[in-house]
Amino acid sequence: MPNRAASKNEPDLFKNSASLEKPAHIYTVSQITQDIKLILENTFAQIWVEGEVSGLNRIPTGTLFFNLKDSASLLKCVIFFSVAPNIKFELKDGMQVVCGGRVSVYEKDGKYQLYVQSVEPKGMGSLQLALEQLKQKLEKEGLFSPAHKKPIPYLPARIGVVTSLQGAAIKDILKVLDRRFKEVHIMISSVRVQGEGAKEEIAQAIEDFNVFNQGLPAGQRIEVMIVGRGGGSTEDLWAFNEEIVARAIYKSKIPVISAVGHERDWSISDLVADLRAPTPSVAAELVIPKKEDLEDKLTSLTRDLRRSFEELAWDFQERLDGLAHRLGLSMGHTLKLNFNQFEGAIKKLKLLNPAALIRSHQEKIAGLAKAMRVRLSHFLELRESFFAKAVEKLANLSPLNILSRGYSIAFAMPEGKIIKDAALLKAGEMIKTKLHKGEVLSQVREVKTDG
Amino acid sequence: MAEIKFEEALKKLEKIVEDLEGGDLSLDEALKKYQEGIELSKVCAQRLENTKKKIDVLVKNKKGEFELRPLDEAKIEE
Repeated sequence: MPNRAASKNEPDLFKNSASLEKPAHIYTVSQITQDIKLILENTFAQIWVEGEVSGLNRIPTGTLFFNLKDSASLLKCVIFFSVAPNIKFELKDGMQVVCGGRVSVYEKDGKYQLYVQSVEPKGMGSLQLALEQLKQKLEKEGLFSPAHKKPIPYLPARIGVVTSLQGAAIKDILKVLDRRFKEVHIMISSVRVQGEGAKEEIAQAIEDFNVFNQGLPAGQRIEVMIVGRGGGSTEDLWAFNEEIVARAIYKSKIPVISAVGHERDWSISDLVADLRAPTPSVAAELVIPKKEDLEDKLTSLTRDLRRSFEELAWDFQERLDGLAHRLGLSMGHTLKLNFNQFEGAIKKLKLLNPAALIRSHQEKIAGLAKAMRVRLSHFLELRESFFAKAVEKLANLSPLNILSRGYSIAFAMPEGKIIKDAALLKAGEMIKTKLHKGEVLSQVREVKTDG
Repeated sequence: MAEIKFEEALKKLEKIVEDLEGGDLSLDEALKKYQEGIELSKVCAQRLENTKKKIDVLVKNKKGEFELRPLDEAKIEE
């Protein structure tokens, strides 16, 4: 690099080495490297360099190597694994950034590089970029999808709140409760909402409520959850922009209302939540109804109840009137109901109800009577024909009829007993024989018992 | 009836009004529903007036079980 020696910016150190004939001092490689290192470190102890990221390489330990370049030059950079977590957004090739750090030499390779302590994206803060990057990532995964959003229940009886007991949000929520309908059970999981550990605690509390809910009987579960905090700086609200919180909200089976900071503050939590409330107070107002609203609703419902029953009762009244008319009863005016006095109406209606019953019973009785008449006449017919047959049968069995067919009956005389056995007679006794027409008196001549 | 949730009572009342408006009921059914409706309306009105708020803090005890402890509101007001 002969041209370099002519540069105005060359440090004094190199002027001496221009006269190579008489070496005043001979360096070892390590010595000269050490000297260069010292000069660079002293001169560029805390500098900012702007350029485009290229050749980005992350090794497994988490340390990042990359170059910063512009149209003419390139600067090697390193971000150690211990520093990397401080950088909120994800560094990418092609990104325009401003890196802060010190220049030093990596002695083993004899290469100088920028040891980066902080990185800011050009044109916006790193938090904004981190937010933008996370937003894009989660959106791609569908965490903001409207299809995934659960409906917020009307009049939830149990509400979970994830916030800090020391914060403004809980005060605001309880204030709302004080001036609204109180039949609500508020359960608070107190968490840190900013600083170290906040994001983990918030995510854990959301999960805890879900686990706790699983153990509750079906009718006693938490129906909605408010996750949030009062106003603060962008950094104060940052926990609600963290991925771990976003994922916990997304996973929650209990619908989540996010309520972070003020109206103008938008967080990742707001985008994932089932509903975004501009402030914790509004979140509470969304789920705890005004007493007056409920009173109005109850009043109008009760009025509808009376009116609809009146209409129905009038309808029955008309039908009863019609029935009474058809029955030829002039009861119509006695059926008039005074619907301003419901007790009376109920009693009267109960009294009137038998009219319909009587009518139906009368119809039943008429039907039964008719059926009975039919059956009776049928029965009588049966009886008559049976009687005629019986008379004929009786007539056939009469001995007189038998005589008419040529048979006769003999009676012993003078007793008049019917003779069935000749052995009971003796010769010379008298017998009477009855014929179909007339009788004959005879004297027995001979008895033959062997017939 | 005393244990019914306000929201449930209101929903039931709405349903009764709907049924009555439908008109397809016997007189006995209508009466029964009307009386039930009046009862629910009374319960709701009473709940609106007399309910006390209930605020608990969810904590995990040493065994890792969840517990609800009443919130000391005085602490919040500080």
